[in-house]
Amino acid sequence: MIPGRFEYHAATDVDDAVRLLAEHGADGKLLAGGHSLLPMMKLRFAEPAHIIDINGIADLRGIREQGKALVIGPMTTESAIIDSELLQRRCPVLPEAAQLIADPQVRNRGTIGGDALHGDPGNDHPAVLMALDAEFVIRGRKGERSESVDGFYVGPYLTALDDGELVTAIRIPTPAEGHGYAYCKFKRKTGDYATAATCCLLEMEGDTCRRVRLTLTNVGPTPLRATDAEALLTGSEPTAERIEQAAQAAMSICNPAEDLRGSPEYKTHMAGEMTRRAIHKALDRARRG
Amino acid sequence: MAKHAITLNINGQQMDVAVDSRELLIHTLRDRLRLTGAHIGCETSHCGACTVDIDGASVKSCTVLALQAQGADIRTVEGLAGSEGLHPIQEGFFEEHGLQCGFCTPGMLLRAWRLLQDNPNPTEDEIRHGMAGNLCRCTGYQNIIRAVQHASEKMQSGETAAAE
Repeated sequence: MIPGRFEYHAATDVDDAVRLLAEHGADGKLLAGGHSLLPMMKLRFAEPAHIIDINGIADLRGIREQGKALVIGPMTTESAIIDSELLQRRCPVLPEAAQLIADPQVRNRGTIGGDALHGDPGNDHPAVLMALDAEFVIRGRKGERSESVDGFYVGPYLTALDDGELVTAIRIPTPAEGHGYAYCKFKRKTGDYATAATCCLLEMEGDTCRRVRLTLTNVGPTPLRATDAEALLTGSEPTAERIEQAAQAAMSICNPAEDLRGSPEYKTHMAGEMTRRAIHKALDRARRG
Repeated sequence: MAKHAITLNINGQQMDVAVDSRELLIHTLRDRLRLTGAHIGCETSHCGACTVDIDGASVKSCTVLALQAQGADIRTVEGLAGSEGLHPIQEGFFEEHGLQCGFCTPGMLLRAWRLLQDNPNPTEDEIRHGMAGNLCRCTGYQNIIRAVQHASEKMQSGETAAAE
């Protein structure tokens, strides 16, 4: 299996990439790590006439702290996310999620931007970035704009990003010191997409949950934010009963498609279980500081 | 469409080759350069049979365009054995019966090589997670784990001996 024919362009910097996108964006594709796009091209699910390779743009890689935000270049690989001492300290849910994506070789090539922007509901970073209140910094011919991750996903492979635009950074408000976090992913085997997965981030004040985020992967056409479940926990003590109510509320918004990973009922059930586990794990971590 | 001229540094040797834009690195290695050690298994970046080392990282060469490897330092299984014979990792697979049909072995060897470069003394758990991107349908993996442990010990004792 080899991809169909295309013309290859290596962008030298962001301006060059924007220029190439303006010229070829409508029938072209950006090439990041290539571990989603190339397999789709082999199967002719994607047949771009132009490939714009952005691997040579050093500005699009790296992880840094900027004021009260963490700024991640979209071309940062999953391996670099896992190894980042800064993220392990400030935003450990990202390395935790990245560790559950694919396998070591794929993580060496696959990028956070590729995963987050492809629009595949099976990808893990969208739900995690949504829970983190992250935003994408986007460049196009008209200049720069930002788009919140919450609301960015319109449908499978459909996002708020235009053909002529590229994401130059992922900006994450630095999570509070001592926050609880967990990304619980149920998958059949190494390298598989989630049957269901839940991201939980929370901040405790004594026994009270001050702030909660609950998001779900691969149980709908886009990543889902379980706002009703969040409301059930916010401002109260997370008792076993409330956690169960939150899990039920998360299950009620699931609308997964049937595939080899199981029936909609089974996937919804697993989403509930992942939600329970994620809340318990995040609570445990928050309590231990 | 015109071919693109690229230069690859493979196993310490510079190679100039003309490739199509849609050509995958595994095909350049096997069909143009006759380096047939790396195998084509699943072609969907699952099985790891095509694993080679690119600029210090294990990569599945069925999911990389040859053009993307322009100027890269590449190591394939052909570059493992030296003039003194088998590399300790190859010896480990031989001694511990780490293969049966051998189809996955070139990828296993290259992945194990990089794993031991990064982590010379891995735990069994680290080996299992480190080798998770390589599938074997014969061995049940137990002997592959032992083979990597064998190589780890041999390479470290070799370093100690060299230091003394």
